Amino acid sequence: MSIRVEGITKHFGQFAALSDVTLDFDKGKLVALLGPSGCGKTTLLRIIAGLETADHGRVLFDEEDATERHVRERQVGFVFQHYALFRHMSVFENVAFGLRVKPRKERPGEAEIRRRVMKLLDLVQLAWVADRSPLQLSGGQRQRIALARALAVEPQVLLLDEPFGALDAKVRKELRSWLRQLHDELHVTSIFVTHDQEEALELADEVVLMNRGRIEQIGSPTEVYTAPASAFVYGFLGSSNQLFGEVKDGYLDTLGARVALPTRETVPQRAAAFVRPHDLHIERGEGHGVPATVRRILTLGALARIELSAVQDSRAFEVELPLRDLSALALTQGETVRLVPTAMRLFPIEEAASP
Amino acid sequence: MAGTVSRMNKGESSFQARSATRDPFWMRATILTLGLGFFAIFLLLPLVVVFAEAFRKGFETYWAALVDPDAQSAIRLTLIAAAIAVPMNLVFGVSAAWAIAKYNFPGKAFLTTLIDLPFSVSPVIAGLIYVLVFGAQGWFGSWLSDHDIKVIFAVPGIVLATVFVTFPFVARELIPLMEAQGSDEEEAAIVLGASGWQTFWRVTLPNIKWGLLYGVILCNARAMGEFGAVSVVSGHIRGQTNTMPLHVEILYNEYQFAAAFAVASLLALLALVTIAVKSLVEGLASRTSTREGGR
Repeated sequence: MSIRVEGITKHFGQFAALSDVTLDFDKGKLVALLGPSGCGKTTLLRIIAGLETADHGRVLFDEEDATERHVRERQVGFVFQHYALFRHMSVFENVAFGLRVKPRKERPGEAEIRRRVMKLLDLVQLAWVADRSPLQLSGGQRQRIALARALAVEPQVLLLDEPFGALDAKVRKELRSWLRQLHDELHVTSIFVTHDQEEALELADEVVLMNRGRIEQIGSPTEVYTAPASAFVYGFLGSSNQLFGEVKDGYLDTLGARVALPTRETVPQRAAAFVRPHDLHIERGEGHGVPATVRRILTLGALARIELSAVQDSRAFEVELPLRDLSALALTQGETVRLVPTAMRLFPIEEAASP
Repeated sequence: MAGTVSRMNKGESSFQARSATRDPFWMRATILTLGLGFFAIFLLLPLVVVFAEAFRKGFETYWAALVDPDAQSAIRLTLIAAAIAVPMNLVFGVSAAWAIAKYNFPGKAFLTTLIDLPFSVSPVIAGLIYVLVFGAQGWFGSWLSDHDIKVIFAVPGIVLATVFVTFPFVARELIPLMEAQGSDEEEAAIVLGASGWQTFWRVTLPNIKWGLLYGVILCNARAMGEFGAVSVVSGHIRGQTNTMPLHVEILYNEYQFAAAFAVASLLALLALVTIAVKSLVEGLASRTSTREGGR
């Protein structure tokens, strides 16, 4: 089923959670709603589910207006961040719940319920815990049961609210690839909310970046990462160094130094330059670049991370380089070097993230 | 009671395993003596006295006091008042707790405070309120007497006063429980297609059943034991508007000590049964939750 939200606005008191959001979700896609906490992503998901009502705007399922449709009739599967499993029921009964509460004439017989529940438990690879209480399961297992329970009613749409938010890093990674596989098998239109950029980029067909109740960018994971549409998107996807200053004759004047612009972009006078840590080079001797002092040298696996601070106002910078290059450089702590960006993105200063 | 003590012992032994938290002997001895001494003098002794006094003139007198028609009527009235007040407060309490814990609405804080009113107001005042509203000189007095309805100095007044005094027990017990549980499970149920009614019976009620039972037990104990508010509205008409606590007072004022204590022993027995059931419920509830993983 395809979903369209149109001009959705939602206020909580004075706080605007969503302002005029219009979005299309294609059939069978796995879409991530990505953004910092408080950006309205969960509210949007809950409005699609019908758990929250928008102040203005419409929700369309397969081009049919579903704004007034009750949650119960929307045929959505919803997976909660904290699982929301029924704690007094066994795992089996949890999954069977959606079938048991159906009106009498639609309700499948006991044998049919048993067959369908066991099939779903097989799908999430947890048939062996059918008789246990959900409270005896680990977080990852609980979330898989929650997913099985949501799928039991054969939903047209699967909505997942920070599905891996409460899990530890290792389990999160496992579940991520498992969910991707599951989606490729079932092809149910799925939307998941996350604040973890890595999760969104790794899992989704399409990423919707949200900030302060608005959509910043929509695109494939590669698109949003390589061609961020705004300073916010650039800053949110991966770490970045920021330089604020005046653009003049192919140079950026910043922190009492001149930095050559790698590309001949036409940019406004005052701009913020965003540089990824691996695009910032450390050089010695005379030349352009920001003078900075080496504060800390960290080695993490094959990469080294250098933390520096600008000589002028001790603004923090981060440089990443292969371990091999680090030993060639032979940096010492407290040494003053030049930071030269090899690639950067310029954004007009008004829309840049707070300096 | 036994449950509490044994649990304390268990806690104590694990506590003492750590030498850093071990107190000197004299300190432990003082605290134990103080605690147990206080318990014995102020709680245990009165209870013993009630039963000792009740049986002082032998079992015959005891029995005679209980089968006395006035006593019988008092027992019946107490049971009727509790039988009406407890179910009413069960329904009110669950709805109030549900409204407060699961919804946001203007005046929520006010309602929460209002629920505590019966706890903070003196029972005598609670009784007086009803006299002022429903009494012969009260607001609705003339209307009620025109329609030949008697509230004050009659059974309805007693029931009303009991309902008022026992109102907070169920709600107070459930609000923190329901707030802690949140409404995630209810939302999950509704998304899965359950109706409001199905959600209540299949999800909400099973989650609050122990807290609810506990609230009902306390509510019942208070409903049967209430004196102040009921005393004001009852009029003390023997054989008609006397509840057990009122009957005890009358007997006592008439120097029928043995009879007074006999009826009092029934009330005390009720208290003991309540405590026993309460600790049984607590035990069952905690066992269920440990079996389910201790949450």
